[in-house]
Amino acid sequence: MNVLARVALLLTVALAVSAGMAAEPFPSTYQVPASPPVLIQGGTVLTGTGERLEATDVLIADGRIQSIGKNLSAPAGARIIDARGRWVTPGLIDIHSHLGVYAVPSVKGLDDGNEATSPVTANVWAEHSVWPQDPGFETALEGGVTTLQILPGSANLIGGRSVVLKNVQAVTYQGMKFPGAAYGLKMACGENPKRVYGGKNQAPSTRMGNVAGYRQAFADAQDYQESWNKYHRELAAYNKKKAAPPDDSTKKSKDGADKEPMPPSPPKRDLKLETLAEVLNGHIRVHMHCYRADEMATLLDVADEFGFKIVAYHHAVEAYKIADRLAEQGVCAAMWADWYGFKMEAFDGIQENLAMVDFPEHSCAIVHSDSGDGIQRLNQEAAKAMAHGQRAGLNIPPERAIRWLTYNPAKSLGLEDRIGTLENGKGADVVIWNGNPFSVYALADQVFIDGALTFDRAHPSGKPRSDFLLGGHLAEAPL
Amino acid sequence: MKRFILGVFVAGAILAASGARPQDLLIRGATVHTASAKGTLKNADVLVRGGVIVAVGADAAAASGATVIEAHGKELTPGLFGGLTDVGLEEIAEEAETSDTTLNLKAPAWEQQWHPELDVALAFNPHSFIVPLTRIEGVTWTMLAPGNGDSIIGGQGAAVTLDGRAEAVLAGSRTLFVQMGSDGARRTGGTRAAQFMLLEQAIQEARTPGAAAPGALLHVAGKQALVRYLTGGRVVFQVDRAADILSVVAFAKRNGMKPVISGGDEAWVVAKQLAKADVPVILNPLNDLPVDFDHLAASLESAARLQAAGVRIAFSSGDIPQARLVRQLAGNAVAHGLPWEAALAAITSNPAEIFGVAATHGRIAVGQVADLVLWSGDPLEVTTLADRVWISGRSVEMTSRQTELRDRYLEKLKVHQAR
Repeated sequence: MNVLARVALLLTVALAVSAGMAAEPFPSTYQVPASPPVLIQGGTVLTGTGERLEATDVLIADGRIQSIGKNLSAPAGARIIDARGRWVTPGLIDIHSHLGVYAVPSVKGLDDGNEATSPVTANVWAEHSVWPQDPGFETALEGGVTTLQILPGSANLIGGRSVVLKNVQAVTYQGMKFPGAAYGLKMACGENPKRVYGGKNQAPSTRMGNVAGYRQAFADAQDYQESWNKYHRELAAYNKKKAAPPDDSTKKSKDGADKEPMPPSPPKRDLKLETLAEVLNGHIRVHMHCYRADEMATLLDVADEFGFKIVAYHHAVEAYKIADRLAEQGVCAAMWADWYGFKMEAFDGIQENLAMVDFPEHSCAIVHSDSGDGIQRLNQEAAKAMAHGQRAGLNIPPERAIRWLTYNPAKSLGLEDRIGTLENGKGADVVIWNGNPFSVYALADQVFIDGALTFDRAHPSGKPRSDFLLGGHLAEAPL
Repeated sequence: MKRFILGVFVAGAILAASGARPQDLLIRGATVHTASAKGTLKNADVLVRGGVIVAVGADAAAASGATVIEAHGKELTPGLFGGLTDVGLEEIAEEAETSDTTLNLKAPAWEQQWHPELDVALAFNPHSFIVPLTRIEGVTWTMLAPGNGDSIIGGQGAAVTLDGRAEAVLAGSRTLFVQMGSDGARRTGGTRAAQFMLLEQAIQEARTPGAAAPGALLHVAGKQALVRYLTGGRVVFQVDRAADILSVVAFAKRNGMKPVISGGDEAWVVAKQLAKADVPVILNPLNDLPVDFDHLAASLESAARLQAAGVRIAFSSGDIPQARLVRQLAGNAVAHGLPWEAALAAITSNPAEIFGVAATHGRIAVGQVADLVLWSGDPLEVTTLADRVWISGRSVEMTSRQTELRDRYLEKLKVHQAR
């Protein structure tokens, strides 16, 4: 077992113990598929570590990157792919997707993204809304996306748990669930919660109502956490007592009765507070929808007050206004290239946002989609941002920009030791592009997930296809 | 030479109409994508006088005092078409008071009155924040399309130039917009069959002179507006399902309308029929998801298939603030099989043909209004940006609210990082 798997196991045990459960529920059933070794020869390799290697080979076996270098020899039975003139990158990672929870077709029966019945629904888990047959997973795969974080919508202050999925075809979401990935918690700033609940004439209806809502929720979680801590202290004391050798003084008690110590009763489980307590414990990572720079700063203060960390702001259209602070505090910003203006809090969006957020040292700029369309072209979103950065005097080469789509999102998920770069020992999520991926004409030719060829443009008949698409809608009508 | 003289004559006529005289402009040594049968001209010059193109080719001579731009082989295209948009009709979609796109009288289906006489171009604000940030990306004109309120007739729209002038509407571009399919069914009592029933009723009313009957769909002004479209008027039908597209085309032709299909996610399925009926399609070539049951056959190859079948196509993102992204639509269509020249035509000359402004817009040719864009590279490439933009021969100042925000915060960031 490698270190990471061990950490994941420990985390699982810790979760189970803290909640008084037997094991983590809804375990992943994903298994790395058996596939032959693959030698990708002679491509331009963007490693995701910031390097660009020309005419370089990448060797994959047993689901992992085995070697990167020149003139690598192919092991027996290896599939050899000529990638000369093509580009090789890590699989792309989208940390803001609603595929499966807002699936297409967008009919009422599949509208499962927002539990908009209460402003704090930390008890809901996005995975329980995921429809694995969403055809959007396949089109995202064709765009090179190998890992996605599926989030609840942003109607609520605290919308619920996210889930990290591998973009593989499966009948159940458990078959897609990234083994050992930490859960995220979706939170939302600004207009959406106050519009949704203000419209129902209930709190929050203002931004100050929003902040009061986050604070009360985490104050309650602190209480809950303390009640469990107290229980665990009492339980430990009880167990200690029980295990201790009989005490003579007890026998000599007045009434002579042997008083067995009573075990403490566990507090009643509260699924909402359980999730929030896990945020306070540092086991669940906070991803927060937040457009405006001032609100991001306010929420950093809220996080400080309660001692949790916000790992990434999503839809951070004003992140460029506080790029320094985000970098200094190690907070990622996930952004679109050029969305702006569809609501007041998006009015100050600019096309240099990604490039400016990327500029400070220790920055963590991420391209995200929030869209079944945009997720198919994350590379083009990055390309547009590169062009606008360049015009503003911020020169961002491809080997750096690829990190917006690979290493940085992996880092925000806490998975940077497993995916997001092409390095020996990493999971073999690899995309072979027909050219420089930062071009409108670039297409993913082949996509590997854990070393398995999952999409091959040259063999479209073999590509994953949702059950929903069966049924003969695709023929050209006769004249 | 004869053509050159004609060009000057046209220039003079337009100049007389507009009053002001922009400086002559000579763009020298460009790679000129004419978006016409002449294709691409290497190392070519474009001469502009009075806001109109008067010469295209080698060694055009400029009068003294003309502005001369050395293109050094960079690519020059006609000003781009922004698609069917709300540019200048709306600042922020979610703030209703900033939006004038849609007539919604909030009447139930059985009490509806239709207002084909509505013309959203009357609400166009040339000083909108969105106008400068659209035109500095090379989009110089767009089609204002009304949104869909509580009736399937959204009203009329028109093409506008984005140079900031008050009288922005391009002559001859007025168009009626009708919403069909599942989206429209909500507005006609729950079935798309009622769309045709109600349209028939409205057409009958329009053809019956005199005052409106009680309970009629149309007022007198509405009757007068609609009847104009029944003798070859251009009507954009927003419709996606293949079967509906054929029904709409047949209906429109039967009633004397000239149909244009907008949306058209499944249009490729009936491409041959559309080509035969000479019906153009305005589509977003990125749409490939079965977003509902009207879009099951949506495909990234739509544009290529329609074009190959002989259908005239134009591109529109349908995303209001993002008219500036039309180039990305075109580039992706090329990646999925559309010839490059056809993709450029889909954001220049084709929409000009479709909306009746081809005599003045959409190509780089003598007699055309000088809407020109000089690019940093391949105009359809996402890493390319507009270097210079001219509308009616006038140089566009390359600033917007967004560039001002950028400059303000980039300065601070650089100072802070330098510390």
